[in-house]
Amino acid sequence: MDKVRVATVWLSGCAGCHMSILDVDEALIDLAERIEFANSPLTDLKVFPESGVDVTLIEGAVANEEHLEIVETARKRSKIVISLGDCAVTANVPSLRNGIDPDEMIAEIYGPEATTNGKLPYEVVPKLLDRVRPVHEVIHVDFFLHGCPPPAGVIAKAIFALLDGQTPELVGEDLKFG
Amino acid sequence: MSSKVQPDHVKLVIDGQDVSVEPGRTLLDAATAAGIRIPTLCHLDGLPEAAACRMCVVDVDGRWLPACATEAVDGMHVVTKTPEIETHRRTVVELLFAEGNHVCAFCVSNGHCELQDLACEVGLHSVRVPYSFRRDRIDASHPGFLVDRDRCVLCGRCVRVCAEVEGAHTWAFANRGTDARVITDLWETWDDAESCTSCGKCVESCPTGAIVCKGVSNAEMVKDAELPGELVARRNRG
Repeated sequence: MDKVRVATVWLSGCAGCHMSILDVDEALIDLAERIEFANSPLTDLKVFPESGVDVTLIEGAVANEEHLEIVETARKRSKIVISLGDCAVTANVPSLRNGIDPDEMIAEIYGPEATTNGKLPYEVVPKLLDRVRPVHEVIHVDFFLHGCPPPAGVIAKAIFALLDGQTPELVGEDLKFG
Repeated sequence: MSSKVQPDHVKLVIDGQDVSVEPGRTLLDAATAAGIRIPTLCHLDGLPEAAACRMCVVDVDGRWLPACATEAVDGMHVVTKTPEIETHRRTVVELLFAEGNHVCAFCVSNGHCELQDLACEVGLHSVRVPYSFRRDRIDASHPGFLVDRDRCVLCGRCVRVCAEVEGAHTWAFANRGTDARVITDLWETWDDAESCTSCGKCVESCPTGAIVCKGVSNAEMVKDAELPGELVARRNRG
């Protein structure tokens, strides 16, 4: 049987959701037999493949222009897209800056040293969006895994259900934010 | 209440189950006595009903009515859960999440919040409308408590407990629609609200992290929402 190709991407988030994937513990051994990583910060595969991705898990909120491109690419090239964790699902902690002008915020935080020739260094650092958005505001998302981070058991439940060709049944405590 | 059928009791059917209650009780009372769970948010034992949140809406002979504020009447046929009612309840919770700024991950009430629990109960997967991401000023002027109105769901439990149980009338509503807020003494800062007795009943009654004690960190704010009901029961016993 061909392995299911899974990609994970990391937007504006703390990597805690990726840590939670690793926290599935011994289930990793089963997973390793059934999936292979296509593109993931957990691996050295940094470029999203042109095609052939079955499932993409997205950690983090959409906060800058690069994130916009990443989620649109992920959507186009994946069969199933999952929002992984509260930052992807609600914008969560990164959304604390919403309501503040991004340029003013960066000037306030980094001061004059952060500027290049009087401009903020957007040639090397992606430009921040006016407001941080949950992933499903930008692209269609098939499943939502709540939590900060989502409990490893919920991640495993969803992934194994999909591997078995079923729709993940996420109810009650599985849907807990925070 | 429902175990023994008494002649003066009201008899009705809830979810196909025969239920009998004393006259004057609500559908919520009747369902609770029969072991049928109806989700609520603005209801709190001991306080007069506001029927503000519409979480407890049930089907009564084809009409949708709030169970907390509808008197049980002989012969009623009540259905507490249909796909349409479940969608309605989920939408109520969804709009509350969109309108306020309910970020569970860094809330003092994380893990002890009625709104967070309701989201699980009604099966809220995502909020389909844009979040407001609103930013009200937090009033932390009171020495013991603070109010973060971005986490308020306008249930009015603070307003009612303050007026009806404490008798202080410090809390009230200001404005309408999405501008509606709970305020202290005509929008004085809390510390300047002279009517406040600092009793803390609003803190215990608030279902979310909107009105909380100072000095608690993430997930540490545990409240006793049964307090108003216990106080009122003790008073009624004399």
